[in-house]
Amino acid sequence: MSEVLAVTQLRKTYGEVVAVDRISFEVRRKEIVGLLGPNGAGKTTTINMILGVLTPDSGRISIEGIDIATHRSQALHRTNFAAVYAPLPGNLTVQQNLRVFGLLYGVGNLVERIEELLRQFDLEKFRDVKCGVLSSGEQTRVSLAKAMLNSPQLLLLDEPTASLDPAIARDIRSKIKEFAARGTGGVLWTSHNMYEVEEVCDRVLFLSRGKILLEGDPKTLPREHGKATLEELFISVAREPLTLEVE
Amino acid sequence: MYFTRTGAIVLRQFYLMRGSLSRVLPLFVWAGIDIVLWGFITKYLNTVASSGFNFVPSLLGAVLLWDFLIRVMQGVTMTFFEDVWSRNFLNIFATPLSISEYLSGLVLSSIASSSVGLVVMVVLATALFGLSFFVYGVMLVPFFLVLFMCGIALGILGSSVVLRLGPPAEWFVWPIPAIISPFVGVFYPLSTLPRWMRFISLALPPSYVFEGMRAIVSGGTSSARGVFLGACLALLYILFACWFFARVYRHAVQTGLIARYSAETLS
Repeated sequence: MSEVLAVTQLRKTYGEVVAVDRISFEVRRKEIVGLLGPNGAGKTTTINMILGVLTPDSGRISIEGIDIATHRSQALHRTNFAAVYAPLPGNLTVQQNLRVFGLLYGVGNLVERIEELLRQFDLEKFRDVKCGVLSSGEQTRVSLAKAMLNSPQLLLLDEPTASLDPAIARDIRSKIKEFAARGTGGVLWTSHNMYEVEEVCDRVLFLSRGKILLEGDPKTLPREHGKATLEELFISVAREPLTLEVE
Repeated sequence: MYFTRTGAIVLRQFYLMRGSLSRVLPLFVWAGIDIVLWGFITKYLNTVASSGFNFVPSLLGAVLLWDFLIRVMQGVTMTFFEDVWSRNFLNIFATPLSISEYLSGLVLSSIASSSVGLVVMVVLATALFGLSFFVYGVMLVPFFLVLFMCGIALGILGSSVVLRLGPPAEWFVWPIPAIISPFVGVFYPLSTLPRWMRFISLALPPSYVFEGMRAIVSGGTSSARGVFLGACLALLYILFACWFFARVYRHAVQTGLIARYSAETLS
């Protein structure tokens, strides 16, 4: 099976508001898929449903062919995530957090794996520092280290570089590209940085008002829709989604 | 069920305790103060009571048993509150951890933390005020067991309320033991209570423990049937509390409350 994530006809409403409207997409192995869209488009709602912390009204999510609705633990065992709005507990040290989450994800050879990740994310000097006193950039690196703990088949990243300076952001991007290239997993990535998306993603999905409006290669998609850059295309999607829907 | 995942919850609590005096002290300080205070009260009562009745095993023993229940309940809720305070629900519930594993982790953490309080209380009560547990005989074990089970049920129930209503609802949890205590007759026989209160007492497992304890202290025998009934009730409450927590969790996942817990959504 080449798909690590298959989302079929996913729908979520909050009262009268349709947050996600029957979207279907997949993420394949070694692929980085960008989930783009303006604020309130339904990106985080989609990620929360894939993480099993939000129940869809209808539709199906399967991770490596495992249905999250019926086999939640098995599906989440193959998944991990990092999100700018979900920092790790600030009252535990970096090492303690990684150990606790390593146990929760059932990581084998945990001590070695933690050492490897501390090296990889340049966190060795912070191992005994409480996460709450780290800078936001350092906290993001800890969250990413946690996200890599179980070498997930599906890695969900919700604006992972939002609080990082350009140099660290580039470093993180290359690490995630490395992860996708060498592993057997895929990545679903949300970002508002179109330069980053163009550099990192193999494919993008434009989401607006809960629907996928466009899908394609971030390098060629803008020209296909008469726009010079991905950022211009993004702005069009945000401002005039109906025009693009007709196209 | 995976014990490593349950162990992760206990380990997290251990890390927090190890590094924080403000978490360790409450495990035994308030219980210790209660024992000292009631120890002196019982000593005083022993000197003024003309009947020669020994208040130590009845009053001080009751305080110790009641405080044990409170420690057990707080052991569960405090472990849960750590996730509330650190806004950790999204991280923790997006892992393969199941609700039964999570609740088991809360219970195991409570066993560890309440044991500390119990040891301190026992040492103080026996060393300073001469409380002897031999008075209660073999019934001491079921007494503790019923109170432990009841504390677990209250802890899980309290956690469910906070999960449902949001962080400020923790103030609904702290007074739970104080609200229950008049009904269970910690310090007086249930016959003291008006009829309507006695009906409520019958549904509360600790009532059977304190009635049994008083029966033993006054030279009679504790009703094994009563304590067994208390244990059955406590088991029923644990099952209900777990079901209720799972139901509240499902609601939170349905409405998105888990992902945005600090928003205190009530829809």
